[in-house]
Formats: sequence, structure tokens, C-alpha cells
Amino acid sequence: MSARIYVPGDAAAVALGADRVAKAFEEAFRARGLEVQITRNGSRGMHWLEPMVEVVTSAGRIAYGPVKARDVAGLLDAGFLDGKGHELRLGDPEEIPFFKRQQRFTFARCGLIDPVSLDEYRANGGYKGLERAIELGGPATIEEVFESGLRGRGGAGFPTGIKWRTVGQTPPQQKYIVCNADEGDSGTFADRMIMEGDPFTLIEGMTIAGVGVGATKGYVYCRSEYPHAIKAMNAAIKVARKAGYLGKRVAGSDYDFDMEVREGAGAYVCGEETSLLESIEGKRGLVRAKPPLPAHKGLFGRPTVINNVVSLCSVPFIMANGAKSYADVGFGRSRGTMPIQLAGNVKQGGLFEIAFGITLGELVEDVAGGTFTGKPIRAVQVGGPLGAYLPRHQFDTPFDYEAFTKIDALIGHGGVVIFDEDVDMARMARFAMEFCAVESCGKCTPCRIGSTRGVETLDKVIAGQDRERNLAVVEDLCHTMKLGSLCALGGFTPYPVMSAITHFPEDFGRGRPLSVAAE
Amino acid sequence: MSSGYAVVGEARGRYEAWSPVRGSEIIADHLAMEGATLPILHAMQGAFGYVPQDAVPLIADALNLSRAEVHGTMTFYHDFRHEPAGKHVVKVCVAEACQAAGGNVTSDRIAKALDCAFGETRPDGQVTLEPIYCLGLCSCSPSAMVNGRLIGRLDDEAIDEIAAECRS
Repeated sequence: MSARIYVPGDAAAVALGADRVAKAFEEAFRARGLEVQITRNGSRGMHWLEPMVEVVTSAGRIAYGPVKARDVAGLLDAGFLDGKGHELRLGDPEEIPFFKRQQRFTFARCGLIDPVSLDEYRANGGYKGLERAIELGGPATIEEVFESGLRGRGGAGFPTGIKWRTVGQTPPQQKYIVCNADEGDSGTFADRMIMEGDPFTLIEGMTIAGVGVGATKGYVYCRSEYPHAIKAMNAAIKVARKAGYLGKRVAGSDYDFDMEVREGAGAYVCGEETSLLESIEGKRGLVRAKPPLPAHKGLFGRPTVINNVVSLCSVPFIMANGAKSYADVGFGRSRGTMPIQLAGNVKQGGLFEIAFGITLGELVEDVAGGTFTGKPIRAVQVGGPLGAYLPRHQFDTPFDYEAFTKIDALIGHGGVVIFDEDVDMARMARFAMEFCAVESCGKCTPCRIGSTRGVETLDKVIAGQDRERNLAVVEDLCHTMKLGSLCALGGFTPYPVMSAITHFPEDFGRGRPLSVAAE
Repeated sequence: MSSGYAVVGEARGRYEAWSPVRGSEIIADHLAMEGATLPILHAMQGAFGYVPQDAVPLIADALNLSRAEVHGTMTFYHDFRHEPAGKHVVKVCVAEACQAAGGNVTSDRIAKALDCAFGETRPDGQVTLEPIYCLGLCSCSPSAMVNGRLIGRLDDEAIDEIAAECRS
């Protein structure tokens, strides 16, 4: 057997030079006459160590990182292929504390296997979930997903099983499974990572959904900013189709299911489910009024299951291991695990999958290790551009849908963006309004006009003009947007704006924050 | 032996000149699809580097839509260009996670180094600079995409490299 090394092909690793590293290894192996297989795997999610290269040794896989192209010769000289010592040697990647502390249900294979090898996918538990779904049949599959307590990981947290039930109960006809891979929230990259690192999991999850509700066609709507993910998905779909896992009589069963990837075109609002459906249909991404629900009249007016990437990727584990094994972990009504993404000004950034219930403080101080700049954390934005900014005195909040709702915040898609004390919160509040104005689909007035007025009014506040009166206008605008907008873009933009004003009043010329004044 | 995910760059040299015949071929390739409008617009931009105005009536005809509908779709999305981009295309992430890591300063430096404002193509056609809302590289920010290539943890050295690449 020839030696084998892994150099991640994940976009984050590539952005940090992984392609150059892979090329340097290839050239070095050729020059030294070594027969070594280079596999471009997904990322293990420890992005501060990327590019993290792994070598297969008699003692298991040994990681080195962060590796630069210029380190390659030195590594080989030091006995890298035998896992020997070097200053970049990290040891067993699964023993690194950041990794060891996780509960990897959904991301178990990400970074472990060759993303486009069906054999490796199957050898590591892949397609066991689909086998069980086929055995159980549609209705029992839906109940299994319901029992697991899985809630939509895109942000809304709606029970996935209920969505599936609704579509399953519609009369037999053309039905669709649509995967929302329009991961536009800043601070999030879980969808991207799993599509690049373990694309068969998404294919299997969508196929199980098809078996469950009686749908024969699936679409992955992936944002155009993710060319690596689109490429990986397309490659995996081709392999799955060839092996009989997509197409007529999937895996030898009586079910038909096939799928394709559709590329978005740079509109954030298309991450909203009805806007996404309009976009696949070839129209402007205008949000639809509900009802009718997509479950009744979705894509092309047909019953449609529309779920986020991570929701669908959680399904194979649930089906393979049983609903109970998933529901057994978690916190309150938030069952299972959440792939949390640590980002922004972060020392140890990356993907951290763990059961719900870990506190925000543990996440940003212990797991992430604080800021990259070394300065104290001042604010954390959770849940993307529509998520609230949380101050230090809320760091004891457990990661749980309800606990976050209680403090006027949301966990969204699990993105956590860390800011140090240099952040100007008035500027961040203005950015939230500006982003909403740029990305508004324009259908409803509170979002379309409210966001533009919000930018103008915050500009006056920042310029010190009639501060109190203008802040009152901003608060009034936020109230209108929150209650009157058609979708979460206009409806949730008030979260970052109001949380910034409430928790960081000193940045808006309102004196010291309450939390400090009370001490 | 290795498999990679290298993405083809966006550079003016590789685009074809607009021709109605070629445009019609592209449309014909997509007619069997459900909801073919976006895939056709992407394919047009892939071939010509932008979506030529003359393509709009052809698409409308083929899909049995009004020109207004096709125009409406095309102009809704940030991705579709109405005119050719510069020889080099630099997209810099301006979203929150990149701002948290000093992205505002980085963006200003890039604009200065390229002598080009955001949202513009330099008059000599050498470079187009665009803001982008998130490349999904939020754990290694600030980030950018230069001619289709991703760059994380942008520092002064990386900015110098980008500027050099855009001079070529």
C-alpha cells in the first residue's frame, strides 16, 4: 500500500494556501521518487490550524499545521511520512482539545474521508440511514424524524418532522425536496463545510426526505459565492447517480429520487424560503406571503419540503442511530447537536459541533480562546446580520432557541461573531440597517423604506444631531419593521440595531451602559 | 495522484464576443430545465463575461416570458453584469465577521492600492473592485476573492500581492 496524506480542499483551507501546499507536496514527492496519494479532504473545522495536513501512519492519522508550502521540504526531512517530530506536529487530530470536546453527529465524516469516495462514505456509516428509511417506509420515516426533535437549523427552529408530515399528508403528485444552501449570514460556514467535506450526507438526507414524503425530485439552491461547494456537490451527485443511489429505484428500492444543484446569484434575501422558491422558478427573489405554506404550494405550486443543509444532513444520523440517540442530547426543547461556527476576531475559529446547552461564555472564552487581537471581547453577534449583539453580562446564556428568544436574541444558523473592544456599535447598528436596505427584496414597505430611513437617522445620531429625538425615531422604525415586515429580513434587522442601542448606549452618546453603572 | 477543487478564474481574456447564434445555442442547451432563467443568465455571463442586453429578448422568446420579466429577474440579482468587468475582478468581503477582524481598514487599503473605488471598474479596464457580503471564510477573515481565487486573513503582504496581480 502506498502512503497517503490528506490536504484539505475546503474553501477556508484553500484561502489559507492549501492548494499551494498540495502542489508543493506533489512536486516534492515526484522529486524524491515517492509514491504518495494526496487526498483533498474536507476540513476538520479547526481553521486556525489550516492548512492542516494529515498523514496516515501505523499509529493512525497524525496532523501537522498550519502548514505553508515552504514548510514541505522540512517536514519530509523530519520524517513527516512516518508521523515523526516537527514543530508543526499536532499529533492525533481527534485528540486536539477543540475537537475532542465536540459531539460530532452531523459532521462525523467531515475531514475524515475523501469527500467524493462513495466507498469511504459507506465504510464510515454512510447510507445506513437511507437503508432504514426504505425499510420503514414513508410515514414511519417522518415519525422518526419528528421523534428526534430536530428543528430547522437554518434559523427559524421550526420542527422538521412537522414540515415533513404536512407534505407527506398531501395527495400523491409531483412533490419536491428543496435544500436551502443559500448560507448568506456573515459568521456562518457550516453548510459550506459539509457540502465540501461530506456531500453524500446531504444527498442521503435529501433522498430520505424524498422517501419520507413521496417526492421524486430535489434541488439544492446554493449561493454563487460558494464555487467549491457547488463543484463538490455536483461531483458527488454524479457519483451517487452512477452507483444507483440517485435516479430510478434508488438503492434497489421502489423509490425514485434525483436531484440537481441550482446556483444563486448574490441575493441575500433568497435565503428566505419563499424567495428562494421564486428564484429557482426563474423570477425575482420576492418574498411570498404565507399562507399558502410551501408544504402545500411550494416550488412550481407543488407540495415542497424546504430545509436547511444542516437540517437535512442531520437526518442520516437520526435514521441510522434512531431518534432517541439524537433526542437524548440537548437542552430544553432544543434537542440534538448544533454545529456552532466561531468567527470574526477569534483566536481559535472554526466549526464546533456540540449538544445544545453550552453557554455563550464557554464558547467564546474557553473554546474559541477569546480574540485574535488579544484584546478583551466587547460584543458577540449570534445568528448572522439579523442576530442581536450580546454584551458580556449575557455570556451565561445557554445555547438554546428559547433561552435566546428570552433575551431578545436568536441563535439563527449558529454563527458566532466575536468583536473586541475597538468595535464601534453605532457603526454596526448603521451597517445592519444598510445591509437590510441593500438586500431588501422591496415587496413590503417596512423593510424597503424603514431600512433606508434607519440608515439616514442613524447617520444623524452618529453625527451627534438631535440624538435623543433621532434615537426615538430609530426605535419607532424598528418597532414597525419588526411587526410589519413580510419576512425575517425586515422583521429581524431590529435585533442587531436595538441590541446595540440597549447594551452599548455609550456608543450612541447615551452615557455608560447599565451593566457597568450597576457594578 | 491528487484531486483538487481549483476554481477557474474570472478574467476577460477567456470570454467570447457576443453573437446571437451563440446566445441561442446557450438557451437551447437549457430549455429542458424547470425554471431555466437563472441557469441561462449564468451561462450567458460565463460565456460573454456579462449578460448582453441583446440576450434579453432571445431569452424572453424562448421561455415564453415578457422582456420585462427577464429584465426584472436579471436586474434583481447582484451577480449579473450589464457590461464587461475589468481584466481582473477583486471582490472584498465587507460583512460583519470581516469587519470584526479589521475589514474596514483592509477594504480602504485595497481600494487605495488598486486605485479603484468599490463598485467600479477602473477607467483603463484593468480592474473591477466589488464589495461582497460573505464568502463563508468568517473564521479566517478579512477575506477576498481575486479572479476566482480565495484569500483569507488579508494582510499588507496579501494586499501587495493582489495589487501586483492586478497590474499584470
